[in-house]
Amino acid sequence: MNEGIITRINGPIVEARNMERAGMLEVVEVGTERLIGEVIRVRHGGLATIQVYENTSGLKPGETVYCTGRQLSVKLGPGLLGTIYDGIQRPLDRIAELSGAMIRRGEKTEPLDMNKKWHFVPTVNPGDELKPGVVYGEIQETDSIKLKLIVPPSQKPTLVKTIVPEGDYSGEETLLVAENNDTLGFYQYWPVRKPRPVVARKQLTTPLLTGLRVIDAFFPIAKGGAAAIPGGFGTGKTMTQQALAKWSDADIIVYIGCGERGNEMTEVLREFPELVDPRSGRSLMERTILIANTSNMPVAAREVSIYTGITLAEYYRDMGYHVAIMADSTSRWAEALRELSGRLEEMPADEGFPAYLPTRLASFYERAGFVETMSGTSGSVSVIGAVSPPGGDFSEPVTQHTSRFIRCFWALNRALANARHYPAISWHDSYSEYLIDIAGWWGQQDAEWKAHRDLLMEVLQEEVALQRIAKLIGPDALPDHQRLTLLVADIVKNAFLQQNSFDEIDMYCSPGKQTWMLRLLATFTERSQNLIRRGAMLADINAISALPRLLRMKSEIRNDDKTAMANLEQQISSALDAIESNLR
Amino acid sequence: MKVAGLEYRGVSSIDGPLVFIDNIRGIAYDELVEITTPTGDVRLGQVLDVTASAAVIQVFGGTVGLSQEKTKARFLGSALKIPVSKDMLGRVFDGLGRPKDGLPEPLTADRRDVNGMPVNPYSREYPRDFIQTGISSIDLMNTLVRGQKLPIFSGNGLPHNRMAAQIARQAKLLSEEVEFSIVFAAMGVKYDVARFFIDSFERSGVLHNVAMFLSLADDPSAERLVTPRSALTLAEYLAFDLGMHVLVIITDMSNYCEALREIATARGEIPSRKGYPGYLYSDLASMYERAGRLRGGAGSITQMPILTMPSDDISHPIPDLTGYITEGQIVLERDMHQRGIYPPVAGLPSLSRLMKDGIGKGRTRDDHPHVASQLFAAYSKVKDIRSLASVIGEEELSPVDKLYLKFGVEFENKVVSQGEFEDRPIQRTLEIGWEVLKILPRSELLRVSEEELAMYYDEAVTIKSKK
Ligand SMILES: Nc1ncnc2c1ncn2[C@@H]1O[C@H](COP(=O)(O)OP(=O)(O)OP(=O)(O)O)[C@@H](O)[C@H]1O
Ligand SMILES: [Mg+2]
Repeated sequence: MNEGIITRINGPIVEARNMERAGMLEVVEVGTERLIGEVIRVRHGGLATIQVYENTSGLKPGETVYCTGRQLSVKLGPGLLGTIYDGIQRPLDRIAELSGAMIRRGEKTEPLDMNKKWHFVPTVNPGDELKPGVVYGEIQETDSIKLKLIVPPSQKPTLVKTIVPEGDYSGEETLLVAENNDTLGFYQYWPVRKPRPVVARKQLTTPLLTGLRVIDAFFPIAKGGAAAIPGGFGTGKTMTQQALAKWSDADIIVYIGCGERGNEMTEVLREFPELVDPRSGRSLMERTILIANTSNMPVAAREVSIYTGITLAEYYRDMGYHVAIMADSTSRWAEALRELSGRLEEMPADEGFPAYLPTRLASFYERAGFVETMSGTSGSVSVIGAVSPPGGDFSEPVTQHTSRFIRCFWALNRALANARHYPAISWHDSYSEYLIDIAGWWGQQDAEWKAHRDLLMEVLQEEVALQRIAKLIGPDALPDHQRLTLLVADIVKNAFLQQNSFDEIDMYCSPGKQTWMLRLLATFTERSQNLIRRGAMLADINAISALPRLLRMKSEIRNDDKTAMANLEQQISSALDAIESNLR
Repeated sequence: MKVAGLEYRGVSSIDGPLVFIDNIRGIAYDELVEITTPTGDVRLGQVLDVTASAAVIQVFGGTVGLSQEKTKARFLGSALKIPVSKDMLGRVFDGLGRPKDGLPEPLTADRRDVNGMPVNPYSREYPRDFIQTGISSIDLMNTLVRGQKLPIFSGNGLPHNRMAAQIARQAKLLSEEVEFSIVFAAMGVKYDVARFFIDSFERSGVLHNVAMFLSLADDPSAERLVTPRSALTLAEYLAFDLGMHVLVIITDMSNYCEALREIATARGEIPSRKGYPGYLYSDLASMYERAGRLRGGAGSITQMPILTMPSDDISHPIPDLTGYITEGQIVLERDMHQRGIYPPVAGLPSLSRLMKDGIGKGRTRDDHPHVASQLFAAYSKVKDIRSLASVIGEEELSPVDKLYLKFGVEFENKVVSQGEFEDRPIQRTLEIGWEVLKILPRSELLRVSEEELAMYYDEAVTIKSKK
């Protein structure tokens, strides 16, 4: 094995000489404690710069650097689901067993339990063709997820010579031998910085249903899409991402806590096993992988954690699953880049960030997509990145560059958050370019879905303009039809946009309930506008006794309670009928 | 304490708090250094950057009086460690953990690296025990829970110290009879501030249960970088080794950040916002994250850092990055302070993120989360209506809006405002909350449930009508 000698230590950046044979992005072990690092710069004279994924305190010039000859990779195979990893795929539960509550550095563990036996069902026979993309076996990884073992992209085409019969096998065992004597088992490695290959990228036409009304109805994201949630501190980025991780209709969730709080990961870890997936009826943890590189963990590992996460996501995508990945927060990741770049004494661009920030952001978001996989199925990776702009100011570099690579922007608004209007997604500054792509899907649920959401959106936008005038002259000075707009907008905000993540019923809103709510609100809006135009008084509408029930329907009517829905609809409509009959 | 180590004579250059030494060997990154000045003073420092033959050292005691030739440096072979023991409660130390009260060093062989180690998120316990501070604006709307990190965002001249002292005095759990031990760290504050806290602890008879780490305004600025870490190292020992419940008060984080900026500038680092180094976030997190509870462990660390926002600007990097790390913030408002409201807790920007799991059914009272949410919603409307009233005049407001204005005043005077020595039980606080909500028409109260309205809103109304 090649070895080098440390010449300088500056925080997570270590320089070494005698590194002529070390490759770019090669993994190395640094010093007597063999801390894990990665070569990020190779220079004339055998000098190499290494970023170290652990605390370098106590490291000395003169200590050895051991080269490993491989790139930073993740281990793929059964046992990923339900696990919490650090940024370089060390399982934190194992680390806790080894080093106690505090993470000791230099700890080495297998990402997956190699002794565990899995029930393997072969899906090929001797003599069958063996080439990348072929599924050679299946394992029921959790009750809700069946793992497919797929021949890796690097395999030279050949034939199956032998394959083990159905049965229980553990990690190291060979499952398949090919004609050319290559062997396949449960596990494979994949370098994290390299996207896994696909056959083709497809159009995005299905929504990723989130159960959050403001997203699904107004700023939807498609399966395979990319979205950003920018917002100042405490505006609800984490809550929104957690809600998506809980309720979105992805098959698999990869949740990356990147430079954020330890307690937030703990919360997911404690809460998810108890929560039940509304679709599969199984524990949410069975479909979730957590990657935790909290703010107090080494900064270089923060940089790599999002690549680790997205590689795991692609692995499941390749089996034909729809995977959603949440990265909280990409700003902390960008700051890790900035810190490392600063220590490398690179020329800074905007606000000290390196000039390659946009390229790196693109290389992350571009890995989202709805694809035809090598195994002939369709799968998707949807990416949702939180952005934490300094001072909540969206003109800063990370927000600006990110918005070039995403098509869905959920802008969190400080004023809404302060008023405890959650989710504080602004209907003024947010947008989704996926709306047209997925409107067809909603059209199948309710032919007028698009018309309804457009009408309500229009009311909301009109209100913004009216509020400006109302602020000058007082709302009572406005004519009735404009005051109706204010009233309806208020109802839409309270009854529809606002959604309390802590309310047992309201935390998840099914597509069926959403289309019903939209229809009810749109009909109410249209009919009231009509009545006012025909001379009804605003006070009459204001006095409808079922209005409080309309405002509370989100938390008082269950997702499947058709009777209550019909009931409320009936009350509203007869109240409007009564006003109408008085007009005649 | 004498530790053998390599000693070097002479340094190659001195720049601000930094010393550069050449022709050295075998020095480790982060190693502790003992610098002896030409006059024989001994100061501590730390290796910030090291190559095979040279090192950059940050001197905690400051570089005043050092010379190129006569300065000596002895490398001590490990990172900065401080002694930890239960006997440190009731004592006063400097920022580096050396006694400052004239008493001897604590008797213990247990010395810990001040940088600590990151807690494994897998090993944390999610904090959920309600702490009653007796301050309504906190208990009702920005609840503190045991193991939370909740800073006070203040401004110069605002009563953050009085408020922190009140919290330290009154904080208790409803379910258990345990006292908080207090670890207090002061960086760059005036002696009066330290004195104020000492007196306040003394008066409430808890001084024996307080460990103080003081690095005051006239102490060298580099020492401020270690002070909070020393305090948290002791706190971790008390909480996680001995199972005690520790409240850590740190003041003033702004001074800490300035010291950090000074070092970064002296090293010629590329600054990010307002000259602060790009790693300010990670650096702050390495301290703030040292709060919480451990799974299976009895103890806890509750952190209450205080920071003064430069020109009351909450978007300044110090409060901004703090808010991104801590679990909420208590914001003090100058305007309320001028109007004589104590504590001047700003209604809208204040937030406690761990509140949701610490209150409600089985913890405080079932209606608590909804009452809090309703008060926030109503108070935010008050703010809008006040600005409308300032344009069109109060008389022009609708009757409901006028009620909101009344509600706003009552809210500030009854819920927020209270005595510095008034310890309000949460039940009383909730009662007051409903009292002010009753100013508003029933139909405006959408965040509380029908049952809650029937129970707390209608109840009183019917009593009144009976009279
Ligand atoms: N949908 C929601 N329902 C109820 N409460 C919410 C919701 N969204 C946010 N909140 C409240 O706002 C608080 C802050 O939200 P969150 O932690 O998600 O903010 P954040 O944007 O991630 O902040 P930071 O950048 O500091 O991590 C939560 O603790 C919760 O009290
Ligand atoms: Mg967050």
